[in-house]
Amino acid sequence: MYVEMKHINKTFDGFQASRDVSFGVEKGHLAALLGPSGSGKTTILRMIAGLDRPDDGDILIDGARVNDLPGSKRGIGFVFQNYALFRYMTVADNIAFGLEVQKKSKGEIRSRVEELLELISMKDLGKRYPHQLSGGQRQRVAFARALAPNPQLLLLDEPFAAIDAKVRRELRTWLREMIGRVGVTSIFVTHDQEEAMEVADMVILTNQGRIEQVGTPEEICLHPQTEFVQDFIDTKRFEALMGIS
Amino acid sequence: MKTEKNLEQNKNPDAVGDGIHSIQKVIEPPKNISRPIVKYILIAISVLFLAVMLVVPLIVVLVNALGDGWAAYREAVLDEYTLKALALTLLATVSAVLVNTIFGVFAAYLLSKFYFKGCQALATLIDIPFSISPVIAGLVFILTFGNIGWMGDFLRAHDIKIVFAVPGVILATIFVTFPFVFRELFPVMNAQGNDEEEAAALMGAGGFTIFRRITFPHIKWALLYGVILCTARAMGEFGAVSVISGHLRGKTNTLPLHVEILYNEFNTTAAFAVSSILVILAVLVLIARNIVEWKRK
Repeated sequence: MYVEMKHINKTFDGFQASRDVSFGVEKGHLAALLGPSGSGKTTILRMIAGLDRPDDGDILIDGARVNDLPGSKRGIGFVFQNYALFRYMTVADNIAFGLEVQKKSKGEIRSRVEELLELISMKDLGKRYPHQLSGGQRQRVAFARALAPNPQLLLLDEPFAAIDAKVRRELRTWLREMIGRVGVTSIFVTHDQEEAMEVADMVILTNQGRIEQVGTPEEICLHPQTEFVQDFIDTKRFEALMGIS
Repeated sequence: MKTEKNLEQNKNPDAVGDGIHSIQKVIEPPKNISRPIVKYILIAISVLFLAVMLVVPLIVVLVNALGDGWAAYREAVLDEYTLKALALTLLATVSAVLVNTIFGVFAAYLLSKFYFKGCQALATLIDIPFSISPVIAGLVFILTFGNIGWMGDFLRAHDIKIVFAVPGVILATIFVTFPFVFRELFPVMNAQGNDEEEAAALMGAGGFTIFRRITFPHIKWALLYGVILCTARAMGEFGAVSVISGHLRGKTNTLPLHVEILYNEFNTTAAFAVSSILVILAVLVLIARNIVEWKRK
């Protein structure tokens, strides 16, 4: 297991956002944290990133307990829901920021930025500002920025929520391919079951702060372990989608 | 809902994503909703009101200032006490702006980027000078730092003079103007959210780098605007300074106090001449304000 959560609890002002959360994600896998809104999936992601601290329990990345390690030392890249691109910096500066902070040499930064712009097919748009980009382009920049310092783990919070439905499917395929190509272990949060089933290798289903079931999309569809999973997942739709009948 | 709105904004090429632009678009009144006659009546009322309340008084100031001729005006303006009052006004203004800018940036950063128990109460406390009469502010300082005040014995023992001295004038000016920078910054920083800062922190950027490269570019126009408002208010402050200064001519008199003294001495022309300095300073600030507002868009 590359990432492991062990008996995590988290409370915000009396609201319990995580209850005894335990699961693991294997190296190189793309996992989806799926659940209705308010089910605690973003909290889990933020705790892995070090943006929030669990009240108790252990977070392990690559076998080491990281609870007391600041997020910047955990080797992660984070894509925020609204991308949180630095609005007063160009696309290229956005991507370079993490490398500049790490005091990489100018030449190294330039070549890495070019490489990433190429990867996201935005070679000629490096001088643009975030407000001059479409939603899909912004997402690609956020993705490149998160990947720039070569993280071992990529975390994405609702990566498709801010994109209109038409392009969403296209971007889903794109992201899935990119993550496969880069080979980085990834966890993304979504409330859209179709998205989770289509994109992820494994799905972690959350409800009211608890983990309901962890498994491959097929397992969750065909063998729901709790009543909630059975109600939540639109089995018929996915049987058709996956060619199972 | 929020994201949909963002998308709408993104499609609009001249929505610069800073919120200000788009808000202005929203509040722009729909055209031709009412008959033109309504428009002209409203314009007439506004113009009349402004003329009576603002333009005529300002003209009166300038006419009276020059009433006894250019030489008398020069004499009043270049009078030793006037120049000293001007110097003290500028000193108090610069001090207040400096202190309140630093304080305002810290306070706005704290209250918009962190959540803690009592943050609402703190924000309310900062607004107190807006709701309290400046005269009371002056009295409070006298009762705290004056001879009979709480700290009177301590200050006397260490030979520090605050009340009826320059430090008191500066303190009073700081007090009445301290919400200005904070009030301008807070909504802007609050609307920006924490995401960009969090993203930068996750990449390992330190607090100062985050402020310099992420926060500051976002707030610089609001900051400048707050500084200008603070300057305007500090220059004109009368009540609090009047109570605490003791009106010592050439020592603790600021320009507004000097005007009052001249006027009470029936030296009307001189009073208006000194007033005209304040009017000119105010107009300069106003021009600066408009430039900043225009740039901000």
